[in-house]
Amino acid sequence: MIWIDTLVQGILLGGLYALFAAGLSLMFGIMRLVNLAHGDLIVLAAYLLLVLVTMTGMHPFVAVLIAAPVMFAIGWGLQRVVLNRTLGKDILPPLLVTFGLSVVLQNALLEGFTADSRRIPAGPLETASLDLGVVTVGVMPLLTFLTAVGVIIGLNQIFYRTALGRAFRATSDDPVTASLMGINPGRVFAVATGLAMVVVTIAALYLGMRSNFDPSIGPARLIYAFEAVIIGGLGSLWGTLAGGVIIGVAQTFGAAINPEWQILAGHIAFVVVLLIRPRGLFPRAND
Amino acid sequence: MARTYRVTTRTRAGQITGLFALALVALGVVLPAFVPRGVILDLFFILTMLTLAQLWNLLAGYGGLVSVGQQAFVGIGAYAMFAAVILWGMNPVPAILVGGGVAVLLAVPSAFFAFRLQGAYFAIGTWVVAEITRLSIAQWKALGGGTGTSLPREATGNIMGVDLVRSLFGVREAAARDILAYWLALALAVVTIGAIYMLLRNRLGLALAAVRDNTEAARSVGVDAGRLKWVVYLLTALGTGLTGALIHLQTARISPDAAFSVTNWTAYVIFIVVIGGIGTIEGPILGVLVFFALQTLLADYGTWYLLALGLIGIAVMLFAPRGLWGLISARTGIHLFPVQRRLLGQDQLKGD
Repeated sequence: MIWIDTLVQGILLGGLYALFAAGLSLMFGIMRLVNLAHGDLIVLAAYLLLVLVTMTGMHPFVAVLIAAPVMFAIGWGLQRVVLNRTLGKDILPPLLVTFGLSVVLQNALLEGFTADSRRIPAGPLETASLDLGVVTVGVMPLLTFLTAVGVIIGLNQIFYRTALGRAFRATSDDPVTASLMGINPGRVFAVATGLAMVVVTIAALYLGMRSNFDPSIGPARLIYAFEAVIIGGLGSLWGTLAGGVIIGVAQTFGAAINPEWQILAGHIAFVVVLLIRPRGLFPRAND
Repeated sequence: MARTYRVTTRTRAGQITGLFALALVALGVVLPAFVPRGVILDLFFILTMLTLAQLWNLLAGYGGLVSVGQQAFVGIGAYAMFAAVILWGMNPVPAILVGGGVAVLLAVPSAFFAFRLQGAYFAIGTWVVAEITRLSIAQWKALGGGTGTSLPREATGNIMGVDLVRSLFGVREAAARDILAYWLALALAVVTIGAIYMLLRNRLGLALAAVRDNTEAARSVGVDAGRLKWVVYLLTALGTGLTGALIHLQTARISPDAAFSVTNWTAYVIFIVVIGGIGTIEGPILGVLVFFALQTLLADYGTWYLLALGLIGIAVMLFAPRGLWGLISARTGIHLFPVQRRLLGQDQLKGD
């Protein structure tokens, strides 16, 4: 019985990691850009939400509607001004520039908000739970998981049903040919990063409501997100969800055995999956 | 008479550098007699960071293996040294070698894993390996678990060579320990730079450059790219482990968070290499000096210092991807550590 409970909690936790990872998966899938600042951008969005909620007293779910366009603009500008310059055959420039960005964001947030732990107040939602008969689940984790599924469905709809999605896929497959067809890869990439930042804002909402955060926690979230993306396989958003669930389940089972093993168990699951399938579970592209 | 040709990497600038470096090292050895302890500690910091930077540069700049998990080897080297001292009663100085050896032992399985991953995946893979190592070491209760431990008094009071330093300079024990650590750091830096320079000038260096520039072309002329990656990765792990052990011999205190710090042992090191100039031996030397100058100037501003470092790193990567040394070298054509092969004809040989 306890094991079913652990499994369900793990799957729901996986939803949070999939949310962390979806934006990363999007950027990685479309422009092969490894964004080492992704975790810190989630933390930045969480602080943005916190400021909106505490200053205006609005509900966090409303604050997202204001924060998301702001983050879209930040992502769009970041890609146009900085990240587009780093793209190319060499993987070193994007890695190092986003690494630098990560350090800059962490310390700027530290300067602005101090190292104190903060939390986005979510009212009675924080402690509400739902009895499903076999197991009892928290409303918040359940909501997180459903949001993750919703985000992935939404992104897949954009990818496969819209002109923008066609441009994404075309640029991802072959930027040169795509630009011959009148697509400007630089603009497409900027929109992609903007969209990724909208997903980051949604991830930040749940990160901030579910647990305490401070400026230094970004890199740890980045590792979970990356593990989910890599386990899932390049370019597959459903794979990213599966990857998040694997990490989440491994962590809750590790924690059930010994609380100190929670994080370790997640990392070991990552290594084991990659030893068996070096390209992840559902690889789409061939590189 | 048939014309004879010779391939050489020798240049006048290289020879001058060699002489200058010898003089500098000689000065470095006798320096503790003339300067206060604070300077020795600063130099220890500079030398150990320089060694780490040269090693990361070998790995990423020459080997194309962009790792963000080198803190795994700093940490494991340091912990192995502590284990050898605390659990087996070894003297701390020879225990540093244990640190290097254990780092290589860790590098073998982590290479098996990480080499299955390409490019960016490799970077993340090395980071995860470092995290796994940190979390596992934090479970090791005999060495203080998550909070860490210190070298016991008996061990620090009995370090090989400290008595000699005390009688040489007439200083107290703590100062003598710092001088000894400084000498070891100097030796490690010189050996590391010398070894990398030798490596790049012989066949292995040529093969490395070929693989970095075009893996397929290099393979087609018989370069074993896979074996090269292994050699570079293991050598780097060895040097990084030794440096990690030495750094923690000097501090005499260890904790998983400090020993496996991604900021101290990877972020700083990457900035040093990028700002100085990646893919050159001169780059990290220049980079570590800039890094130290920035740190000294901005030390009072705490987080602003890291912020500035990050911004400078980004700016250099965007506008001068070959770093400060790349700018200097492109303007003047000077290579202090020449590794390029040039073909000399007979007439040039005479004048040589």
